[in-house]
Amino acid sequence: MANKLLTTEELVIQARSIRRLIIQMLAQAGSGHPGGSLSAADLITALYSNVLRFNPAGPQWPDRDRFHMSKGHCCPLWYAVLAQAGYFPKEKLFTLRQLGSILQGHPDRKTPGVESASGSLGQGLAIALGMSLAAKVDKKDYRVYCLLGDGELQEGSVWEAAMACAHFSCDNLCAILDANGCQIDGRCEDIMGLEPLAAKWQAFGWQVIEINGHDMKQILAAYEQAKTIKNKPTIIIARTVKGKGVSFMEGVIGFHGRAPTQEEAQRALKELA
Amino acid sequence: MAEQLYQRDVYGRTLVKLGSLDRNIVVLDADLSSSTRTNLFAKQFPDRFFNFGVAEQNMMATAAGLASCGKQVFLSTFAVFAAGRAWDQVRVSISYNNFNVKIVATHAGITVGPDGASHQALEDIALMRVLANMNIIIPCDGPQTEDAIMAAAKNPGPFYIRLGRSKVATIENKGEFKFGKAQLISEGNDVTIVACGIMVTEAILAVKNLAAKGIKARLINMHTIRPLDNEVILKAAQETKLIIVCEEHNIIGGLASCIDEVIAENFPVKVIRVGVRNRFGQSGQPDELLKEYNLSSLDIEKAVLSNISQSVK
Repeated sequence: MANKLLTTEELVIQARSIRRLIIQMLAQAGSGHPGGSLSAADLITALYSNVLRFNPAGPQWPDRDRFHMSKGHCCPLWYAVLAQAGYFPKEKLFTLRQLGSILQGHPDRKTPGVESASGSLGQGLAIALGMSLAAKVDKKDYRVYCLLGDGELQEGSVWEAAMACAHFSCDNLCAILDANGCQIDGRCEDIMGLEPLAAKWQAFGWQVIEINGHDMKQILAAYEQAKTIKNKPTIIIARTVKGKGVSFMEGVIGFHGRAPTQEEAQRALKELA
Repeated sequence: MAEQLYQRDVYGRTLVKLGSLDRNIVVLDADLSSSTRTNLFAKQFPDRFFNFGVAEQNMMATAAGLASCGKQVFLSTFAVFAAGRAWDQVRVSISYNNFNVKIVATHAGITVGPDGASHQALEDIALMRVLANMNIIIPCDGPQTEDAIMAAAKNPGPFYIRLGRSKVATIENKGEFKFGKAQLISEGNDVTIVACGIMVTEAILAVKNLAAKGIKARLINMHTIRPLDNEVILKAAQETKLIIVCEEHNIIGGLASCIDEVIAENFPVKVIRVGVRNRFGQSGQPDELLKEYNLSSLDIEKAVLSNISQSVK
């Protein structure tokens, strides 16, 4: 662990500062995906602050816990958290999406702390499965975390991976589902219905923990509970609000893939002050 | 009579050899381990073998995850599924990441035979060679299959190795295998024949028949498709002025296209393609299919005879 554990109050403050960074980066870049970055901000802030074992000074430490962001378009969140954790200077955040930047529009291994590229949805859970199997082969006790989007679950390959994670009894693997209920073309339930989510994952052999993905107490408790589950993988189904934290972005489909204008960014930052 | 071997038998045995040398090697398959012969490894090293069932996309992305943790991954399925079904996983998770994943695809080409068109990969070279970082080897016989696997194990990065289903005759006196360096099978300055995989055997027959007609053909075994041995191609273009390219693949996008690209940019000469002419395959016996799709030694000979007069005579 890089830092001492934060209290839930401190985590709330930390997540707010991560959200500010996301807004600033996206406004500077002029493109990118705020909605899903903001909805998963509490989950991933808590993960890096209080759960993951890692060492920013030695990113290749073999015993580190692994995190992979399968919904790669939410990388502004990942980059902000990695910078906060000390993987690279925060100034780098403002090179997002620029030519030659270490911070690509979707995750790339150029970024310190990024284990694998993503961006084509539906592949990340299998990547996490590979990391989990590597730990088993090498008899290591690191854990693997993977952030999925709910729209992403419409990719059939997610369910191939879900089946395999259970088949191989990957109890070192914890998936985190950012269930914000929205995708590019509208509400998930209108575009291609996904519910009942918990029953689906249970039927695939997973331990399901359902939480409010903006409640730090519930988030930390879920991560702790996941560590105790044996012989099967765990998924934390986190019910979230797309665009969370910025009133005029919350639940607004259009902010899936549109960066805020400078004026919108100023308003958003005021709300997140 | 030359020794006849299944390339996939050699592959399975080579995996076992590698597995005992290197603890870091893991092997994956997708419900075809008895056909691809990864079952030999599975039997010996069950803790380092994972069967994904009928889920090739999942196998590919999982391979990337294993490789991200430093594992050396060999994985197998039929060529149609490896290159086609799971292409996006190969692109984003393996190739873009430049991970150490070795895709050994068996049952490539028309000689898959009775299973028919759905199972006859005639597009896989095209699909794999457009991916940055990807290395491609197509061994011509059993012993060269071991060379190819060892080369993939030694050299970092993603590999696509293309093997056939049927037994192939071992080609004698072809010299040492060097990854990325083509092999000269026979010398000659009247025409150059470039071939890969089982087409090398067909080409050897054609070269013999042509010799009887007084035509000295240079035969090149282009076992490495990427990185391509440009030097040997340019030399052939300059010295023989006519190149016949033979592949068990669609004439679009495969070895012939590789040669065309090098020639067109540097030293344009006539290139004739012996390959499947933009059709799907069908059921049949391998030798029948080679004839039906104009891939036999006679077809190579014909291609030489009908073009050589224009450029040499």
